[in-house]
Amino acid sequence: MSEHDHATPDRHALRAEALESLLRDKGLVQPEMIDAVVRHYEQDIGPMNGAKVVARAWTDPAYKQRLLQDGTAAIAELGFGGPQGEHIVVVENTAAVHNVVVCTLCSCYPWPVLGLPPSWYKSPAYRSRVVREPRAVLAEMGLTLPAEVEIRVWDSSSEVRYLVLPQRPAGTESLGEAELAACVTRDSMIGVGQPATTERRDPDA
Amino acid sequence: MPERRAALDVAGPAAPPRKNGELVFTAPWESRTFGMTVALHQQGVFEWDEFRDCLIAEIARWERDRPETEWSYYARWQTALETLLARKGLCGGAELDAREHDLAARPAGHDHARR
Repeated sequence: MSEHDHATPDRHALRAEALESLLRDKGLVQPEMIDAVVRHYEQDIGPMNGAKVVARAWTDPAYKQRLLQDGTAAIAELGFGGPQGEHIVVVENTAAVHNVVVCTLCSCYPWPVLGLPPSWYKSPAYRSRVVREPRAVLAEMGLTLPAEVEIRVWDSSSEVRYLVLPQRPAGTESLGEAELAACVTRDSMIGVGQPATTERRDPDA
Repeated sequence: MPERRAALDVAGPAAPPRKNGELVFTAPWESRTFGMTVALHQQGVFEWDEFRDCLIAEIARWERDRPETEWSYYARWQTALETLLARKGLCGGAELDAREHDLAARPAGHDHARR
């Protein structure tokens, strides 16, 4: 193992600064490009993109059909795409089937619709356990599913990124698309949670 | 360090990706490391799958060896990026060590953790 395994956070910061300055000197990447990438992923993309996709699918049956047939193309209709979104497959939750997404090998994740993955998604525990005992892991994360509901675990491959289409919550018939999008949580699109009900939804989401 | 606090504010709950979850980056070096990886890929320096393979190998190595250290995803990412750049002959470990040594030797008052 390398000495960096025992590095402190400050050591990592110093190492990152050294690499950035070397890459700049070599003309491989300029700090402004790094600034732009970080700004983009911190401010422009995130679960609110996926929430719009889900809300559209809930309100437009033809769109939902296109989304399930070719996720990448249907998501591009709403203007979302880019790195880690080249091949997105949308899997639909029903009364009988619940889908949950993992990347057992590293941390593949559909960036254009969900942003960057949360830390638990990248943890060794989630990545190994959700495949072996999904029902128990989901319960630990606060999602207890009826025994008769089949759980399907989707392991991201080098090409495919998965997005869960959660079930539209009961009692949301009167809501418009924007209000529905506010019900769609990040966790519900990974499959470890359900959409927020109208009473509990985040008014700022 | 005021710079570091400012960066965390930017990554705070007001920005969209965190509204629905948690902080994307827990320290500035993580976001710089992520940003340089994506920027290098955008420049055509490597294919994303090349980096991904290095990251998978590095995570697997850590899980196999289980060093007595806390799990840090971006520490693995950092090592994977260094491995890939060294393999491509773009940035060797020795020159990186030397640069790190130079930066560490700066007089007090120079902030190591930029932004």
